[in-house]
Amino acid sequence: MAATPAQILETAARLRARIGDDLHDRLTEAIYTDAEEIANRAVSRNGQARGVHLDQFFDRVLTSRIWGFPAMVLMMMIVFWLTIAGANVPSAMLADLLQGSVYDALHGVAQTVNAPWWLKGFLIDGVYLATAWVVSVMLPPMAIFFPLFTLLEDLGYLPRVAFNLDRLFKRAGAHGKQALTMMMGYGCNAAGVVSTRIIDSPRERLIAIITNNFSICNGRWPTLILIGTIFIGATAPPALASFIAATSVVAVAVLGLVFTLLVSAVLSRTWLKGEASSFSLELPPYRPPQLWRTLYTSVIDRTLIVLKRAVIMAAPAGAVIWLISNIYLGGDSIAGHLVHLLNPVGVLLGLNGVILVAYLVAIPANEIVVPTILMLTLNVARSGLAQTGVMLELKDDMQVHQVLTELGGWTLLTGVNLMLFSLLHNPCSTTIMTIWQETRSLKWTTIATLLPVVLGIAVCLITATIARLMIGLI
Amino acid sequence: MSAQAEAVAAKHCGACSSCNTSELARLGIKVGGWDYMVALAGNPNTGKSTIFNALTGLRQHVGNWSGKTVRRAEGAFNYNSKKFKLVDLPGTYSLLSTSVDEEVARDFVLFARPDVTVVVTDATQLERNLCLAMQVLEITDRAVIALNLVDEARRNGLVIDERALSRDLGVPVVPMAARRGEGISDLLRVIENVAAGAYPTRPRRIKYADAALESAVESLAAQLVAAFNNLPNARWVALRLLEGDASIVRAVRDGTLGAFKQPDGVVNLVQLEAR
Repeated sequence: MAATPAQILETAARLRARIGDDLHDRLTEAIYTDAEEIANRAVSRNGQARGVHLDQFFDRVLTSRIWGFPAMVLMMMIVFWLTIAGANVPSAMLADLLQGSVYDALHGVAQTVNAPWWLKGFLIDGVYLATAWVVSVMLPPMAIFFPLFTLLEDLGYLPRVAFNLDRLFKRAGAHGKQALTMMMGYGCNAAGVVSTRIIDSPRERLIAIITNNFSICNGRWPTLILIGTIFIGATAPPALASFIAATSVVAVAVLGLVFTLLVSAVLSRTWLKGEASSFSLELPPYRPPQLWRTLYTSVIDRTLIVLKRAVIMAAPAGAVIWLISNIYLGGDSIAGHLVHLLNPVGVLLGLNGVILVAYLVAIPANEIVVPTILMLTLNVARSGLAQTGVMLELKDDMQVHQVLTELGGWTLLTGVNLMLFSLLHNPCSTTIMTIWQETRSLKWTTIATLLPVVLGIAVCLITATIARLMIGLI
Repeated sequence: MSAQAEAVAAKHCGACSSCNTSELARLGIKVGGWDYMVALAGNPNTGKSTIFNALTGLRQHVGNWSGKTVRRAEGAFNYNSKKFKLVDLPGTYSLLSTSVDEEVARDFVLFARPDVTVVVTDATQLERNLCLAMQVLEITDRAVIALNLVDEARRNGLVIDERALSRDLGVPVVPMAARRGEGISDLLRVIENVAAGAYPTRPRRIKYADAALESAVESLAAQLVAAFNNLPNARWVALRLLEGDASIVRAVRDGTLGAFKQPDGVVNLVQLEAR
């Protein structure tokens, strides 16, 4: 008769007592000894190692206590400066094409087939326009930013960043590998949350999951880049505009790191108490990136996949926005009611009602925040202007700026706070679902979802109050 | 790359003598109805995902750092009119299952019983990489060592005698530079041979010159085989039980040993609350 599981475990325990507790160590040692012997037989040295010295030199600079962080910030500055300076022209060209020529052509077609006004509005001013905005706002910066980021990744720079951050995470009571999960989060927070599986301790893994949202994801970089360009960069003389805009984006990213560390430190001293565990981090050799393959895969895979997701989300969002802007209850559209309802809170936070509604509409995907804001601003302002029916064309960034300031009443404070709120708000619904799947805990999913919003509200309230005190800003 | 350029590249790639992969048809994610299942194991950042992409035509995230792949990815390819399912496992330094990614890798090699397990090793760090390779050889008979990054090893002044390595390990060793597509066709040929049993493997097993241990393993293994009729490698499981491996003890207790389950990766909150 076969032994029951309990009997087997009992036998195992009895035998273990007989052969000694150090079996694991003995087995490990046997493997190491064997591996060493085999490797020694198979490997021989032939002449001088090239490249190793250069690697060591780079590591001394890039992971140095003094130069590590400045090098990191410099690297980010270069990446964003190239992105912002490079995206301007193609962005304007795309907007000209999609919101100008194609938009006009579509209206022309609708005119000739005598489409009813609501169908025309729903399809062209709703679905099409939202999609077109997403494409022209997001495509150029993504097509520049992603290849640059992938090149850094291919070179082997990311583990160096993790190495630099390790000290800080340790001090915050978190796992050093959290830095790697952050790197994943810079692409997509849902992927970042899944990547926390490399962390063994449940306590440190939860901290990494909760704070992953402070890594700015693909869907949020374009928002930051655009708002940084038109509100922050534009305050500087033209020669410096791109540089200042890049600085503002880097500043928000660094702020995200600060929040990651602060929240980790607070969690590891309160709800998730414990010591940081140690681990070894491998610094791979610097590898020359494969330029063409990197360009190809980062443009085709990352850029087009993110864009596809954005477009898929933007089309129904555009439809919803058009509907709520054109269905009237009493004297105002549903969008109007919502915006006016949330406006007092929004203004208190240095934002406005439109932005808050946009963040509600954009819960499925952060990618559509800016297009939603633009459409709502135009629609609400238009209904306020008694249906003038004038469709503003947004052919370049400065016209976006004009719409937001003149119709939306935005100030520098609104721009700054939108950037802050973009960093600090609830994760998108995909990420929330992923957190649920990885934790199966309503409590931690709720905390991970609400904590960033609460922080965002607090931070925006503080900056708005400070700005109001220094009246000159508003 | 335009479709036309891609077609030209594919044509030249197939014709070139250094990269004769013309019998290879990449099938992407169409994994149904396979003849052989192949697993890719290895230390982090040794090029598993690069090899996976080269064989399946898929585009798993590749990057020069450890810890990108934490879920297993599946793809498929046809080679010499046989269909292969390929599974990319998370990179790990060992199979001792201290974290979710290690557990995913180990459970797959042990319980899903791939026809071939390809251990991707970094030629520049051979000794450390062999530790994992030897743990895999403890579990499965049908393994292939993909000795990757030989170009980098060469640049670092290292010469590796792959024949000696193959003799010592008892399984085929294929030198590769996967990033440049070198060695892919050799790897395919070897995978096919091992899968079909045309290349008999005699993997090196660690010898324990210890009679007490040997008899303990034997008696425990016999009990395990009797209790779990579906167990692939009872000796290996017996050793883990003697070590007191928590996850194997758990699997024995709840009777799931040998039944391959997809690990869900859920944070172990019970452990957290119990602290």
